[in-house]
Amino acid sequence: MQIVDTVNQSLRKVPTWTIYIVGAAWVVWMFYLAATNQMGPEPINALEREYGELGLKLIVLGLMVTPLRTWTGVNLLKFRRAIGVTAFFVVLAHFLVWAVLDVQSFGRMWTEVVKRPYVTVGMIAFVLMVPLALTSNNRSIRKLGANWRKLHKLTYPVAVLAVLHYVWLVKGFQIEPIVYAFIVGGLLALRIKLRQRRVEKPSGLALSK
Amino acid sequence: MAYRWTNDLTRADITPKSAYLNRRQILAGTVGLGAIGIVGGASAQDALEPNTLEEIRTYNNYYEFGVGKNDPAQNAHQLDTSNWTVKVDGLVDNPGDYALADLLSGLSVEERLYRFRCVEAWSMVIPWNGIELADILNKVGVQSSAKYVAFETVVQPDNMIGVRNRVLDFPYVEGLRLDEAMHPLTIMATGIYDEPLANQNGAPMRLVVPWKYGFKSIKSIVRITLTDKEPPISWKKANRREYGFYSNVNPTVDHPRWSQATERRVGGGLFASRQDTLMFNGYPEVASLYEGMDLSEFF
Repeated sequence: MQIVDTVNQSLRKVPTWTIYIVGAAWVVWMFYLAATNQMGPEPINALEREYGELGLKLIVLGLMVTPLRTWTGVNLLKFRRAIGVTAFFVVLAHFLVWAVLDVQSFGRMWTEVVKRPYVTVGMIAFVLMVPLALTSNNRSIRKLGANWRKLHKLTYPVAVLAVLHYVWLVKGFQIEPIVYAFIVGGLLALRIKLRQRRVEKPSGLALSK
Repeated sequence: MAYRWTNDLTRADITPKSAYLNRRQILAGTVGLGAIGIVGGASAQDALEPNTLEEIRTYNNYYEFGVGKNDPAQNAHQLDTSNWTVKVDGLVDNPGDYALADLLSGLSVEERLYRFRCVEAWSMVIPWNGIELADILNKVGVQSSAKYVAFETVVQPDNMIGVRNRVLDFPYVEGLRLDEAMHPLTIMATGIYDEPLANQNGAPMRLVVPWKYGFKSIKSIVRITLTDKEPPISWKKANRREYGFYSNVNPTVDHPRWSQATERRVGGGLFASRQDTLMFNGYPEVASLYEGMDLSEFF
């Protein structure tokens, strides 16, 4: 496949730190827009939502790396760590806007987490991302060995909870969160299918996770 | 009968009316409705500065035009408000299809500076121009058997993207108990800041019930029905666990998905602080309408 090869060759030239730089620049830019009243009359909510949506998009993108390589040959594997770690920092920004600018007190944070299911699942997803971010380095991979891969399977519950968080917080019947739910559901289904293939043909495709 | 409610909160009067407000806080306290502290009083005073017209026109929930807060501002120009007719039916003496001008002719338009509190815990202060709903109802003649008023928003599927996407079961419907509808605070608004309502604010005529969550204040009304049964309301139809018929602003009864204890004024910027939500949105004069009712049951 000519195109795929060209894409992969170009991708190889892109350094992985680009993801971090672009991610950080975007987070800062959005904050600047919100702080200078360029995000509508209620910038706190708007910013919270921007960060939340990008976080979710990056989590989904991270999940797409393997199926994309398997089914199209496009190889984003070397970016996966950067995508995951950037997702964590964007979700951290989402959390901070919620905690510091939106609810504004520890008491209210606690009440929200305990009483509101959509906040509860969002918070669980965020907490589950912490060990993933902390172990996203070569030293941890060496040290944890096989356990590292087990640990990083947490990505799946994180994605499911993040989508649930979104579906749960909107009012009425809204398309966007449902689209995300289908994408994440589809990606999980693909993952299960891949696994079955691996079990059936152990010597076949060397599909690293 | 216009001017039954003294509109103390006019724009010119904002600052010197602190004494009036304090009286309100005391009233709220004496009827034992809601824990409104000194902080609540102070923030209520801050809240009396009206929002700008731009804020009022660019931060809207009008799901017929999309679910984003800015979607109505983008899409509502498609609403066709020409030849507006309001159907008045049910238990009335003079039912019929009224041209809007005929329905409102002879009735006085007043300015009402009201707090507006959304169920999503944001709020504004809006200088409405409107007519007491009681005046309109008296004009069409309410029969003695009527106990409720039902309202319906226009549906123009070709012009309303949210209707095509079925965000809710449209047409949007709302309702009030007759005594709520006849209360002098309840108005039919036709303008804001002495300008005709923008489409996204519910042109050409919308309900404003300032002590209830914003979704009760139904927009772009094409039908008013007097009835003896509690009418269905859209959000309760969509989720009866989360939305009740009364939907009075009440800091002590939380929405299942978010707290109602505090709110944030729209327009305060990125570092705006939250303020305490007032019982009945700071209109304790309506408390007598709900005497003897458990407001956590009838939420």
